[in-house]
Amino acid sequence: MTDWLPPEAATALALSLRVSLVATLVSLPFGLLAAYALARWRFPGHGLLNGIVHLPLILPPVVTGYLLLLTFGRQGWVGGPLWDWFGVTFAFRWTGAALAAGVMAFPLLVRAIRLAIEAVDPRLEDAAATLGATRLTVFATVTLPLILPGVIAGAVLAFAKAMGEFGATITFVANIPGETQTLPTAIYGFLQVPGGDGAALRLVLISVAVAMLALALSEWLSRRVAARIAGR
Amino acid sequence: MTLEIRIEHRFPAFRLDVGLALPGGLTCLFGKSGSGKTSIVNAVAGLLRPDEARIALDGVALHDLPPHRRDIGYVFQDARLFPHLTVAQNLTYGPRVRRVPPEGLDRIVALLGIGGLLSRRPATLSGGEKQRVAIGRALLSRPRLLLMDEPLAALDEGRKAEILPYIEALRDETGLPILYVSHSVPEVARLATSIAVIEAGRVVAFGPAAQILSDPATAPLLGLRDAGAVLTARIAAQEADGLTRLDTAAGSLWLPHVPGEPGRALRVRIAAQDVILSRTRPEGLSALNILPATVAALHDGHGPGVLVRLDLGGEYLLARVTRRSAQALDLVPGLAVHAVLKSVAVAQSDVGAMLDSP
Repeated sequence: MTDWLPPEAATALALSLRVSLVATLVSLPFGLLAAYALARWRFPGHGLLNGIVHLPLILPPVVTGYLLLLTFGRQGWVGGPLWDWFGVTFAFRWTGAALAAGVMAFPLLVRAIRLAIEAVDPRLEDAAATLGATRLTVFATVTLPLILPGVIAGAVLAFAKAMGEFGATITFVANIPGETQTLPTAIYGFLQVPGGDGAALRLVLISVAVAMLALALSEWLSRRVAARIAGR
Repeated sequence: MTLEIRIEHRFPAFRLDVGLALPGGLTCLFGKSGSGKTSIVNAVAGLLRPDEARIALDGVALHDLPPHRRDIGYVFQDARLFPHLTVAQNLTYGPRVRRVPPEGLDRIVALLGIGGLLSRRPATLSGGEKQRVAIGRALLSRPRLLLMDEPLAALDEGRKAEILPYIEALRDETGLPILYVSHSVPEVARLATSIAVIEAGRVVAFGPAAQILSDPATAPLLGLRDAGAVLTARIAAQEADGLTRLDTAAGSLWLPHVPGEPGRALRVRIAAQDVILSRTRPEGLSALNILPATVAALHDGHGPGVLVRLDLGGEYLLARVTRRSAQALDLVPGLAVHAVLKSVAVAQSDVGAMLDSP
């Protein structure tokens, strides 16, 4: 591995996997809540929430990264108090890279879960309620098992998106080897130095492989959603 | 048991305004689709929150409780089994979410004949099997009231015949009050102990089944073609030529073989259009069943027909004749007549088991 991949490339790959995994797992509960709210509840601000969730998909990533810097940077209106009171910061840390990746992947996660929830017949949830289940129990015993393949598919997509995140990450937390240098920013870094093409190409191949694998896994799981809801 | 229902609710298209005080037994909410029947049971279950509601079971108010705290079983038209669970897991869902043991599981499985299905998934079940599992699932949640919203409507005749005896057994053996939505007169005649007729969101008739079905004023509400009375009968004998003799308050009836031991109680339905009236006892007729009766009431409809209520000595029969015939026979209340029942009129599918002592 070390012959084939320079050590900083291997570090970048390991960091990318960690950043993407953390980003996906931490955003999952928020994604479930947002998807459930968008699919099942009608409330004032429904359109606004939908817009905010989708914003990272529409905005240039560099804008999202800059907004994250303004918000979660050490002088930011959320990042400032976090730093002053708790000594916690996202700026120029791998956790910041995870935050940027999570935010950028959020629309994909919510979309996949929302589609799965909308495919569940709400009359099944009514039936569960008449049998004595509270709303939370209905969600845990009927809705969640039926949408689980959709949730996993969404999480896989979000993971793949997080692996590839570049613009917001480099804007928010820069490109510090060993701390915030992920796979895409490492590729960018190799391309900036003479003789880095080989390492860059190998990282590109790894990126393509991870993306294809995630897409295939997500497709397979999506088909399982339909089969499971049909009870096969 | 009394179930008190007062509901007012304004839908975009119509207004639901219903007041009912239901006794025990099986009460049918009868009406055309769109008349508001399902909205009424949904309000009782808590799935619909009406603008104004008072719903109380034995004096305990339910209308402010969420559905999961009402202790009401609900059997939907479309079964609504959980597709990701086996039949056994579906059945025990209610006890499981309440964290209580599934009391009566074996008895209910036996009652519904679903012992062979327990490890199957809902997708592999027939419509009739699904509906039996749905009934079992509702019963196992230990309800104080069972709602059934056209549980047979999605099934073909064969499957209906498969389920009806189970519903009769529920009505007769468990003592559980049942609110049953239907727009099928044969089903209502076979199952109901009371009937509420719903039209455009209002109750237009309400009373004991035998009375509603045989009252010329209310019978047309069920549809003229389907108007007909229900008689209680008892198997008297299985005769050598394949006929079964039934005893009724008005005399004997002979039917093509009805299975059962002598003494078994039954209810039979006789459609109004299958009853012929005669002032004298007819002779030389192929019809087997001729009952002496007294005209109790006449009801003019909009068309050329007249509905005649006949007193058979405590039991009532409905006959539908033309206005011309009514005039020719000079039918007036109190007149003694003979009711000729075309033997085909007593249809097998309308013959149902009944409780020995209601």
